[in-house]
Amino acid sequence: MSVHDFYVISPYLAMAGAGLLVIILDLFLPMRGKGLLPYIALAALTGPFVLSLIQFYDLSGTINLLQGSEAFSTEEPSILLGTLSVDRFALFFNFLIMGATALVVLASTEYVRNMERFQGEYFALILFSATGMMLLAAATELITIYISLELSTLPLAALAAFLMNRGSSEAGMKFLIIGAISSALMLYGMALVFGFTGSTQLSEISTAIGQAAGDAPFGNYALFVGIILMIAGFGFKLSAAPFQMWVPDVYEGAPTPVVAFLSVASKAAAFAVVLRVFFTGFFDVALDWGILIAGLAAASMVIGNLVAISQSNIRRLFGYSTISHAGYILVGVAAGVKSGDGAFRAPEFAAIGPDSVLFYLGAYAAANLAAFFAITIIGSKIESDEISDYAGLVTRAPVLAMVLALALLALIGVPPTGIFIAKLYIFTAAVDSGLIWLAILGVINSAVSAYYYVRIIRVMFTQPATSDEKITAAPAPLLALGLAGAAMVFMGIAPGFVMEAAQGAVRALAV
Amino acid sequence: MTEGYNGLLTATVFLPAVGALFLLLVVRGDRNVRAFAVLIALGDLVLSLVVFGFFDRSEGADRFQFVDQITWIPDVGLNANFLLTVDGLSAPLVALTGLLGMCAVLASWHIGLRVKEYFIWLLVLQTAVMGVFTSMDLLLFFLFWELELIPMFMLISVWGSGRKEYSAMKFLIFTILGSAFMLVGIVAVFLTAGVGTFNMVELSTEATMLTSAGLLIPLSGLFWLFFVGFAIKLPIWPLHTWLPDAHTDAPTAASVMLAGVLLKMGGYGLLRINVGMFPSQTDRFAWALVAMGVVSVLYGAVVTMRQTDLKRLIAYSSISHMGLVLVGIGSVGIAQGTLTVTGLNGAAMQLFTHGTVTGLLFLTVGLVYDKTHTRYIPDLGGLAGRMPVVAVAMLIAGLASLGLPGLSGFVSELLVFLGAYRAYAWPTVLAVLGIVLAAGYILWMMERTFFGPRRERFADLTDASLVEAAPLALMVVTIIGVGVWPSLLTDVFESGLNPMVDVLNGVIHK
Repeated sequence: MSVHDFYVISPYLAMAGAGLLVIILDLFLPMRGKGLLPYIALAALTGPFVLSLIQFYDLSGTINLLQGSEAFSTEEPSILLGTLSVDRFALFFNFLIMGATALVVLASTEYVRNMERFQGEYFALILFSATGMMLLAAATELITIYISLELSTLPLAALAAFLMNRGSSEAGMKFLIIGAISSALMLYGMALVFGFTGSTQLSEISTAIGQAAGDAPFGNYALFVGIILMIAGFGFKLSAAPFQMWVPDVYEGAPTPVVAFLSVASKAAAFAVVLRVFFTGFFDVALDWGILIAGLAAASMVIGNLVAISQSNIRRLFGYSTISHAGYILVGVAAGVKSGDGAFRAPEFAAIGPDSVLFYLGAYAAANLAAFFAITIIGSKIESDEISDYAGLVTRAPVLAMVLALALLALIGVPPTGIFIAKLYIFTAAVDSGLIWLAILGVINSAVSAYYYVRIIRVMFTQPATSDEKITAAPAPLLALGLAGAAMVFMGIAPGFVMEAAQGAVRALAV
Repeated sequence: MTEGYNGLLTATVFLPAVGALFLLLVVRGDRNVRAFAVLIALGDLVLSLVVFGFFDRSEGADRFQFVDQITWIPDVGLNANFLLTVDGLSAPLVALTGLLGMCAVLASWHIGLRVKEYFIWLLVLQTAVMGVFTSMDLLLFFLFWELELIPMFMLISVWGSGRKEYSAMKFLIFTILGSAFMLVGIVAVFLTAGVGTFNMVELSTEATMLTSAGLLIPLSGLFWLFFVGFAIKLPIWPLHTWLPDAHTDAPTAASVMLAGVLLKMGGYGLLRINVGMFPSQTDRFAWALVAMGVVSVLYGAVVTMRQTDLKRLIAYSSISHMGLVLVGIGSVGIAQGTLTVTGLNGAAMQLFTHGTVTGLLFLTVGLVYDKTHTRYIPDLGGLAGRMPVVAVAMLIAGLASLGLPGLSGFVSELLVFLGAYRAYAWPTVLAVLGIVLAAGYILWMMERTFFGPRRERFADLTDASLVEAAPLALMVVTIIGVGVWPSLLTDVFESGLNPMVDVLNGVIHK
């Protein structure tokens, strides 16, 4: 390893170091000083953030997000024998995941007061998981992808079980077991792909597939099965149907900030790896895997939205809601593959499909975090997650109710929030690449989703309150809520910044 | 069109929203909240009148003035501008929104329930409507169009009366359905090969207008997609059923805004987008527009006759009057000769006058209801002696509504009929029947509520207070002003509509 290699992986090292720092300091802090832990974690987060920022300017060389070289000033971004590629694509996800991590840590400050022990472990596990997610977005080699995936998943299983009550333990157990099964499937798929192509590196896989364009349907059956198995493995992390069984139970039982983290950062990292694997590795494959993704998208949207309608627990409802959003985002992935006339896209991605995926992930992160932070604050005060207990919330906590309502409207896709632009972007991409049926299905699903989101707003705003007691919030969670809410509206009012960043990131994929 | 950033329209559009944010975060106490809301509404009224007053109406002036343009979404897949500007068509409607916004805030003085939240929604609503009338980028237009939904839903479902939640939901579902059609149209326009823009100015300029080449959806399909969205809002029979419920159950101020400016968004959209961007299709389907318009006029009028609830009565009369907008637009379908601006001008004038007239009617009905606690017409009667100010205001509004010369309603109705008669003589004569019926239901309603024998239980009624009378006076002055000096508005509307008529004349008879 050269010095340059160390420089390139420094954000990941710093992120893992932040986790270690929190654990070590936890040993020395007295009991009443434990409240400092989240702030230590936040301070430690500035390390990877600054390093990523330096790399970002190093990569682009200029402040203009759309210009600049794709490589570091002197050497290739791919390092460590081509296992990682710290390019603009990886950096986009670094910022997204670090932002989500910081907000979740901030929002957890009050939440962890209820836990007498293991506060340090709580924050450290979040940071370790985030390290895995960041690596996942940069990994360009199958084994590295697998290891990063495990690094991001295992801490989450522990975090899901953190409350150590019945529901939480069940959530952790389910997450662990189903995660293990899907990992096994994915590994088997990777083995098949390796067997066919003779390499675990995505770029070499791509070359091998390009040369072997065979006569057999789907190019080659082993490759076909391998790709399907890998999709199944990723489907678990994406929480896409039909791999969504664990979602509602985990969302209901796990600690609320952990659910927020899971639904935003983990999903983003999973989409990053899907884009990386499919657009770099399998783009030339003679099988139109876009139609497979489109099928997953359609199933996720329909199942997520239809089952959400009948939910009475707000966290379960959000579980199904996140499945449906995975579906919308998959529409964008599918839309990147073909153009309207049926021809495959050139790998330079003239398509706006992958851009729209990145933008959607950002917009969804902001809106979903805002919603979950509001639910965390409200839920810990009224000690219930039943939607009916949210009655008259606007009189008990006007600001919280307004922000939650805005977040719910954002999740429907009502302007002026980011998801409106994101949905428009994604469905435009779908129509543009000939997937008109998928775009129509998506629009219908958005309309259906309005029903269950608006129901919560109606309960909060039009039904009489069951109690007059005001709900107050501590400054730190409120700050996290405000920041997420502001980002949500900002991306709707001035989407250009994130859009340009997304496009720059996707261009890096094509190299 | 000159690019640049004037700033006046940005201020006009966003002042109420900024005020709402201030209300949420800073202002405390119900009295302060009210005073602050009045201040903001007054400020916005002044700004909107500045826009209208300083709009250059001389020959050869720029068509679009007060341009605020910056790139909103850069050209990375979606290419949208933040583009606010007014032309002769929108400037009077901006003034109308300012006027009615002021009236709505004043009419809400007595609201006691969740005061702060109420005024926040009212102010956000005003920003949304102002935005619709000024944005000339389809995406921005749609954004404001949707923004209006939530405040109105809240105003009806929390502060309304009767079956308020049902009515609010019905309003929401109808409007969302309409805007879904519109959004499909917008995306289809954008994706049409060679377009790649949301700029409404470019899309309604003859050289850069959509033609039948490279379309995802046929031109006629696009026309109807937009039409459904606007027709639900206007509303046009048979898409009107949400309106009587929503108007009846809304609080007074929401009714004023709903009838006064929200319906106008539909008419404005028809003129701006259907006529402006699809002139050939407007020409082709003019007969259908006139047919729907005439049915709305007559159906609305006949149903109005049978109403016993004051608010419901005015709501149905709105359907009848909004039908005239379509009849005016139908004047495009002339068989021979060149098209003149008369019919379209009538349609635009009808938007403005109906806004003031119905606004005033709802204000007075609101006062009657507040004081007598009933809107059931058979229970009322002889109120004129007790509430002379309210009675006079309602009489003026009623007379304007039935088209008495010297009041604003006369001007717009005359223009509509003059324009439409050249194209469709017999349907126009049928539509005139609607005005005859209007005379019937308005005068009959006045007679049953304000005149006739005095009732014992209304002996203690008081007339409108100063705060309550102020919005009435504002509206009365506007109605009489426009009635005696119509060219104040018609000249401005003409300057906006003439370019459209020129384009239409190039298309008709081809």
